[in-house]
Amino acid sequence: MRVPRERFIILLTVIVCFFLQCTLFKKLEIASIAPNLLIIVTSSFGFMRGKNEGIFVGFFCGILMDIFFGDVMGLYTLIYVYIGYINGCFRQMFYDEEIRLSLILIGGSDLLYGFIVYAAFFLLRKKFNFGYYLTRIIIPEMVYTVCVAVVLYQVLRLINRRLEGIEKRSGGRIV
Amino acid sequence: MKRRRKKGFTIPGRQLLLIITAVCFILIGLSFFTETSFAPLRFFANITVVPMEKGLNAIGTWMSDQADNLRTMNDLKAENDTLKSQVDDLTLENDRLRQDRYELNRLQELYKLDQNYEQYNKVGARVISKDSGNWFNQFVIDKGSDDGIAVDMNVIAGDGLVGIVTQVGPDWSTVRSIIDDSSNVSAMTLSTSDLCIVAGDLTQMNEGTIKFKDMENNDNAVKVGETIVTSYVSSKFLSGLVIGYVSEIKVDSNNLTRSGLITPVVDFKHLQEVLVITDLKQTQ
Repeated sequence: MRVPRERFIILLTVIVCFFLQCTLFKKLEIASIAPNLLIIVTSSFGFMRGKNEGIFVGFFCGILMDIFFGDVMGLYTLIYVYIGYINGCFRQMFYDEEIRLSLILIGGSDLLYGFIVYAAFFLLRKKFNFGYYLTRIIIPEMVYTVCVAVVLYQVLRLINRRLEGIEKRSGGRIV
Repeated sequence: MKRRRKKGFTIPGRQLLLIITAVCFILIGLSFFTETSFAPLRFFANITVVPMEKGLNAIGTWMSDQADNLRTMNDLKAENDTLKSQVDDLTLENDRLRQDRYELNRLQELYKLDQNYEQYNKVGARVISKDSGNWFNQFVIDKGSDDGIAVDMNVIAGDGLVGIVTQVGPDWSTVRSIIDDSSNVSAMTLSTSDLCIVAGDLTQMNEGTIKFKDMENNDNAVKVGETIVTSYVSSKFLSGLVIGYVSEIKVDSNNLTRSGLITPVVDFKHLQEVLVITDLKQTQ
């Protein structure tokens, strides 16, 4: 039976980040753009812990988004699950001290998220003004998200190291 | 509960991905084609995220109260003086408004707006969280089904329409504002009752305006400053709720319709408290 404690800690992190993203960071908006902390969490945990964990974190982030802000249950879930999975594919390149690759991945994930949201929610409603969305929403969100990621990623890395410590001690998984 | 994954960790990534993709499509299908409300999920959100949001809201309110208390006596004295002169101005304006009110009553009777929205039952609520992304304009309020809120209830603030309730949990509800990109409200002009559609648009959101379109190009003159209210023919919005004032109007290239921009009455950037009208249009 898996150690449920590490999953619980990850869930707690996701809930706290969702809550901060919707409240605190909405007050710290720059040009009406808030950073997407859920992308940072999904991308970081997927990158640091592999495909399965990435899917799990993405699923949970997406479900939270769907409960509160989705018209249709399951759409945001799908997007975040795939982002978690794709980041998990890069796990072989993970080194604890290396931050550049993770920032690139986070930026890329946010860009991908922006494109998919545009395609799924706007393009299908005949809003073809892609240039506006690109320059006013997608790119600024990516920049702001990466800036916040510089700080948040350190926190997540610490959490990850603690979790790996728990795993080693309980012998649950060969890291 | 969705947290406890009983599957062993030996399932390879790709298969797990396919399984999860199938689950997501089932969820999308379920929510799109049926009326399942996913109550256990909303209950789960109720006990985790919402109390934290309410707590942060309370802390923020307390902190801003403390900051206010630190103002010095001089500031308060100066403010007192300006407030006194404001009171004088406001008294004058109040008299004018009372006269306008009499005219409004007559006009309403004249145009058969039989229900002024002061007669509707209302529940007050606080905004505790905004939409988590940058694409939509939704927010979460701290009243839910336990307080009598249901999906499709209209939300107003001050004197203007704010939006409509889209999701409901036990202790929270999500409201989509009328400036949200996917919001469309059937509306009409107050004086000529010309119907139009008020559509939110992401490109207009930062300018502080909303678009209206499909207004018939007839002989009725609709000028800048005209009040736009919700119409009778909307299936979800109660009639007579003020949306805003026309700021721009032009005839479309097809010469059959007019369109333009509306400045909404409500300040969406600084929404803190709203009123939810608990009378549903369908039951009237």
